[in-house]
Amino acid sequence: MESGKETNRNTKITKSYYFRKEYLGRGFATGCGIFIIVLTFAIGIFLLVRGTGTFTKFHHSIAEFLFSADWSPVDTAQGSGGGVGAAIFIVGSLLTCGLALAMITPFALGAAVFMTEIAPKAGEKIFRPAVEIFVGIPSVVYGWIGLTVLVPFIRDVFHAKMGGYSVLAASIVLAVMIFPTITTVAADAIRSTPDSCRKAGYGLGSTRWQVIYRIVIPASKNGIFTGIILGLARAFGEALAVAMVIGKTKSFPKNLLSPTSNLTAEIAADMGNTASGGEANMALWSMALLLFLISMLFIFLIHLISGSGKKKEKD
Amino acid sequence: MIADQRTTMQKRVHNAQRMNRIMTVVFYCIGGFFLVLILVLAVYIIINGIRSIYPGVFGFDSDGIGNQFFNTVYLVFWSLLISVPIGVLAGIYMAEYAGDNKLTKFIRISIESLSSLPSIVVGLFGYLVFILYTGAKWNLMAGALAVSILSLPSITTTTEDAMRSLPKSYKAGSMALGATHWTTIHKVLLPACLPRIITGVILAAGRGFGEAAALLYTSGQSTRLNWSNWNITSKTCPLNPFRPGETLALHIWVMRTEGSLNAHSEEIANVCAMILVICVLLFSLAARMITKHVTRKQTGDNA
Repeated sequence: MESGKETNRNTKITKSYYFRKEYLGRGFATGCGIFIIVLTFAIGIFLLVRGTGTFTKFHHSIAEFLFSADWSPVDTAQGSGGGVGAAIFIVGSLLTCGLALAMITPFALGAAVFMTEIAPKAGEKIFRPAVEIFVGIPSVVYGWIGLTVLVPFIRDVFHAKMGGYSVLAASIVLAVMIFPTITTVAADAIRSTPDSCRKAGYGLGSTRWQVIYRIVIPASKNGIFTGIILGLARAFGEALAVAMVIGKTKSFPKNLLSPTSNLTAEIAADMGNTASGGEANMALWSMALLLFLISMLFIFLIHLISGSGKKKEKD
Repeated sequence: MIADQRTTMQKRVHNAQRMNRIMTVVFYCIGGFFLVLILVLAVYIIINGIRSIYPGVFGFDSDGIGNQFFNTVYLVFWSLLISVPIGVLAGIYMAEYAGDNKLTKFIRISIESLSSLPSIVVGLFGYLVFILYTGAKWNLMAGALAVSILSLPSITTTTEDAMRSLPKSYKAGSMALGATHWTTIHKVLLPACLPRIITGVILAAGRGFGEAAALLYTSGQSTRLNWSNWNITSKTCPLNPFRPGETLALHIWVMRTEGSLNAHSEEIANVCAMILVICVLLFSLAARMITKHVTRKQTGDNA
C-alpha cells in the first residue's frame, strides 16, 4: 500500500519534471521549425492570391502578360480594359542579368581559383575578408555609386542620349554585386575537391594550370554552377540598385546604351502610386508573383544540379 | 626519328610551362583587380562621405540624418528581437530533434526558399499582410517584421551548423549525468556554440542595417520625430514602433527621388552611404574577432 503510493507520486513528479525539462523546450523548438514552413507557404499563397487577380478579376490572359509589350493598365480602383503586357520589364530583367552574368562569370571564377589554388594563404587572410565586405555593402550604396559615378561616366565617354541611364550601367552594377556570391560558392566547391586528385595530376607531370582546368574545375563543376545560379538569383531580385541606374523608361532598349526598365524597378517605382486593387496595381502584383516563381525555379535548378552530382558519386 | 619525337615532346612541355606561367599571371591580375576594386570602392565611399559633411548633417531634423540613424538601429533591434528566438529555436530543432523524415526535408526546402527570395518580394509580402490587411499606415514594426523574415533563414542555418560542429562528447557527457535532452541543449550545447551564433546574428544585423527594398513599402519613406515627446502611443514619439520610420538605406533612395526638394540631397546620400559602409565594416570586423577568439579558445593556441 505504502510503497504503491510512493511510486505513484514518483511517476507524477517525473511527468511534470519531464514536461518542464524536455517537452516544453522540445515543443517550442518544433513549433519554430514548423513556423518556417508556414511562413514560406504563407508568402507563396498570399502572393499567388494577390498576383492572379490580373487573370481572374480582370480577365487578361497569361500569354498577354508575358509576351505583350502593351503596358497601359487603367489606374483606378475599378476600371479595366487596359493592356498589362509586361514583356518590356521581363526582357529588361533578362537582358541586364544575362549581360551581368556574361561579364562577371569568367572573372569571378578566376578570382575563386586565385584564392584557392594560386594563393591560398593570401586568399584566406586577405581575399576572403575583402569579398565578405563586398557582400556586406548594401545594395542601395551600390546603386548610389552607380548613379553618381558610373552613369555620368557612361554619359561622358559614350555620349549616351539619355544621360547615361542605360542597360550597360545596370549590368555593370549587377555584375559587381553578384561577383562575391559566385566567387565564394565556387571557391568552396574548388576547395572541397579532394587533394589526392591534384596530387595525382602533379604526379603525372602536369603543370598547375593543367591541373586546374583539366582536373579541379571539372571536379567542382556542380558547385560552380550552383554559384552561378545563386548569383543570377541575386541579380534577378535586386531592386533599388538597378532602379537607380536603368532609367525606368517603358520601352524596349534599342542598344546597350539606351534606358529601359525591369520587373523589380517597375514594382519599386509604381507600387505605392497605384490605386490598391486596381488593374495597374494588380498587374504589379502579378509581376511580384513572377519574381517569386522565378526564385523558386532557381532553387529547383540548384536541387537538380546537386541531385545529379550525388547520383554520379553513387554510381 | 627519335630525336624528332624528343623535340616535339620538348616543345609540348615548353608550351605547357609557358601556358602555366601566362595563366598564373592572369590569375594574379584578376585577384589583384578585385582587391583594388574593393579597396577603391570602400575608400571612395568613405572619403566622399567625409567631404560631404556639412554642419547639421548629423542633426535630428529634416536636414540631418540623426532620425534615420536612430530608426535604423531601432528597426534592426526589433527585427532581431523577433528573428533571433525563432531562428535559434528552429536551428536547435534542425540540429537536435529533427529526424530523417519528410518534415525535416520540407523545413530545409523552406529555409532555402526563404533565403533566396528577393528582398523586394519579402517587402511586398510585408506590405500586403502588415499594411494592407491590417489597415495600418506605414510603420516601423512592419519593416522590422519584413527584415526579420529576411534574417530568419541565415540565423537558423548558423545555429544548426554551430550545434552540429560541437564534439559529440559534450552531449554524451551531459546525458550520462541524467540530464534530459532539452536541459543538455540549453545548459551545455547552447552556451558552447553561443559565440558562433552571435557571429551569425551580427552578420544578420549588418544585412538588416543596409536593407532598403524590403522597407520601401513597409516602414515608409518619411519620418517625423519629436525628441521631447515620450508618450509611447504618440505618432512622433521616437520609441513608438508603430509610426513611419525611414532608415538610412532608404534615405539614400528617397534623396535621389526628392533631389529637388532638399538642397543638400546629394551630400546627405553620400554621408548615409559612408555611415552604412563603416557600419558594415565594423559589423564584419566584430564577427571576425569573435570567430578568431573562439578558434583560439577551442584549439588552445595562445600565440
